Amino acid sequence: MASWFDYTVNGLIIGNIYALLAVGLALIFGVSRLINFAHGSVYLVGAYAGFVAITHLGTPLPLTIVIVVAVGALLGLVIERFGLRPLQGYAHIAPLLATIGISFVLDQLVQLTFSPDPRALPSQLPDTRFQIGAGTIGSLDILIAATGLASAALLFFFLRYTRLGWAVRATAQDRDAAQQMGVDVNAVNRTVFAIASGLGALAGLLVGMYYNYIDPAMSLQATLKGIVAQVVGGVGNVPGAIAGSLLLGLVESYGIALFGTSYRNLFAFILLVVILVLRPNGLFASRRQTPPEPMTGTFIAPSRPLNIPAPALVAAAVAMAILPLVLPSPYVIQTLTNAWLYGLLGLSLTLIAGTVGLVSLGHAALLAIGGYASALLALNLGMPVGLSILAAGVITAAIGTVLVFPSFRLRGHYFSIATLAVGEIVSLVILNWESLTRGPIGLSGIPPLALFGIELDTARSVYWFALGALVVLAALQFRLLGSHLGRVLRAVRDDDVAARSYGIGLDRYKALAFAVGSFAAGVSGAITSHLYSYINHETFNAQLSILALTIVILGGMGNVIGAIVGAVLLVGLPEVFRVAAEYRVLIYGLVLLLLVRFRPQGLFGTI
Amino acid sequence: MKATVLAPLLEIRGLTRRFGGLTAVDGVDLDVGEGEFVSIIGPNGAGKTTLFNLVTGLDDPDAGTVRLEGRDITRMAPERLAALGVARTFQHGRVFANLSVLDNVLVGSHVRFRKVRPAWPWPLKLLEPFAELALALIRPPSVGTEEKRMREEALAILARFGDRLTPRKDNPAYSLSYANRRRVEIARALALGPRLLLLDEPTAGMNQTETAEMQALIGELKQSGLTILLIEHKLDMVMQLSDRVVVMDEGAVIAAGKPAEVRNDPAVIEAYLGHRRTGGAAGAVTEAVS
Repeated sequence: MASWFDYTVNGLIIGNIYALLAVGLALIFGVSRLINFAHGSVYLVGAYAGFVAITHLGTPLPLTIVIVVAVGALLGLVIERFGLRPLQGYAHIAPLLATIGISFVLDQLVQLTFSPDPRALPSQLPDTRFQIGAGTIGSLDILIAATGLASAALLFFFLRYTRLGWAVRATAQDRDAAQQMGVDVNAVNRTVFAIASGLGALAGLLVGMYYNYIDPAMSLQATLKGIVAQVVGGVGNVPGAIAGSLLLGLVESYGIALFGTSYRNLFAFILLVVILVLRPNGLFASRRQTPPEPMTGTFIAPSRPLNIPAPALVAAAVAMAILPLVLPSPYVIQTLTNAWLYGLLGLSLTLIAGTVGLVSLGHAALLAIGGYASALLALNLGMPVGLSILAAGVITAAIGTVLVFPSFRLRGHYFSIATLAVGEIVSLVILNWESLTRGPIGLSGIPPLALFGIELDTARSVYWFALGALVVLAALQFRLLGSHLGRVLRAVRDDDVAARSYGIGLDRYKALAFAVGSFAAGVSGAITSHLYSYINHETFNAQLSILALTIVILGGMGNVIGAIVGAVLLVGLPEVFRVAAEYRVLIYGLVLLLLVRFRPQGLFGTI
Repeated sequence: MKATVLAPLLEIRGLTRRFGGLTAVDGVDLDVGEGEFVSIIGPNGAGKTTLFNLVTGLDDPDAGTVRLEGRDITRMAPERLAALGVARTFQHGRVFANLSVLDNVLVGSHVRFRKVRPAWPWPLKLLEPFAELALALIRPPSVGTEEKRMREEALAILARFGDRLTPRKDNPAYSLSYANRRRVEIARALALGPRLLLLDEPTAGMNQTETAEMQALIGELKQSGLTILLIEHKLDMVMQLSDRVVVMDEGAVIAAGKPAEVRNDPAVIEAYLGHRRTGGAAGAVTEAVS
């Protein structure tokens, strides 16, 4: 039996790597109040820079480390200068979304350059292991531990004893005051991004060597782990981030020892949600302290929504309905069918993120719940498909709302992080609950779409079905927005404090909006599953969540027509121009970046 | 004064709130009678807004009690206080930026909307949100009638501000001038149909004409019998409107009484003009005292 000593060492080593990530995130949060979602991408670039250096240039280890840190630091400078500095003075969620866009672009560039296939990243150390008691320690373990300690010591020295370090601490405490005292805040930001990104890239290299394995998908997981470690230790708290990282590493390692590898991430994300909800300041903060502000403010840019007269909308719907009769191109019909399904997704998220202001980053989880619910109802219980789709909508509304309900008390970024974690948890539960979901094998042979027992076997009938569902849900959403309830939901978004003072209970209305949005998302996921006839835990992934958010921002937050047009533009156009799949994600990232920077109110404006 | 004979509408006892080492509100006692107009004055940082936050449930006190008509409302959630008829405006303005002026006022009417918000006893209460959603989508005639009535009342409230708000009723609130946003706040508070109205510096950022206009409006509200608690730096206005004035400094009440008594209280003059504080309301007090 592998000894507890080995699991402890393993946990501490992994914790050390998380610490390299989390310290950078904490520094960046400290000076700019930003959760940097591009951090995992820097880590990814670091791993691949190390790969190039070792396998193509044949550099020795010390030089490899220098190269990787330099590449990371440089990348950090570029991200700060071109991605984030232009967004000073924007809504607080804007830079967060920008870092998501940057991370999409970087990950995709790495994937396009090096292919999505995993690579081996050989450790350049001799493979000696030292026997200690019942366990062993490898030379790489010692390198990682030494790197962690050395980085922490250097950072401590820098922050404590150098002028620039003082400037960093002053900026973290009070940005405005520091600026008035003559601190060059931009220089501080630059420095912090360079240091954080250098450490992040180094973490990528070390992890690659540790597992002798790198692939482009490692980016998001790294970001998430860094965030978990930081939240555990208290957001923006550097020593807390180190402690949180070691704790996370140990929890994961012991979790693996007790339950097996596939539960590892589940523990991490459940830990994240529990701490966010119960101790949003982290484990080491005093109880009555309020979380660091300003973390509030949804991504709502003031704008006058474009008013489209009702007859024009009806005409457009009719035109789309007769389109398959006039233009019998199966390709166009299939593309538009797809766009309508994404339109449903956009509708559901624009209600949640736009109308009531809960910027969810885990929206794909709702599709997954809907997809699995409808497929399982049809497969296992023989429920007719039309009915199963409706039932899936209701089930999604119930499960989704219950899962997210504890997070409604969180504001701004914290809510977004919690939804991201809930999204990962749903995906991992689907993966691990094999008796119900068939785990990694996925569900196949899902019965095709049908309505009142009549199978929809032509492309046209599927098109009409999707369009019909879209039109009905859009009409309902219009009706909702036009009611007093719609007014109340928008008030909650614009100012939750004032809303409470006027008798609006926040949880109730957030839950109501979330349930309605989840219903639409569940229906969308259900239709998709019957259309594909096969789904697995990766069908509805985190990228889809971000695509949904991009659709919503492109159309205008809370804007029903905007969500549909956004879906047609982002999903339909690349299809029409036959853009290869790997370039699409790149486009989504760029669109998100450009929107945040140049047109935060979207095409049709906030409603 | 007639009000002191009756049980007070608002009764504050020993209310205390500490932030770290700072005691922002320090054992404040305050009664406000039905129909009474009480102003709270004091230098910046005296704890006036914190006191408002404690009374309206946006902050929790460390000690002390707040009663409304004898009922303990200490630490009650703001949404429940709103239902009891406590309305407030905010010092820095908290309008719903993307909502139209009219919609802002209609949100103020939220607690008076009955037909769209069914109130059922437990355990049916759990179904209320679903009923609320169904009513929003189906909209039976009763809902339409109520919406129409509330709309008319909201328009009537807007009309009290002369030509300031009515022509802009469909504009989003973010597009309004600072002064107009303050007016929207007051309109929204009136739409709640308050038993107790708390106004936090309603004339901040307004010029003399606008201030005079606002003073006239607040005077009308007082005449209509509304109970009002006012925070204000413009002492002319305070002295003319108030039945009683309460002076706070460093979290504590340092003087209270009729406007004329407070004006000549040495402690008040010290607080405003003394060495410990400069700026803020000093100019205003000089005007008032002279």
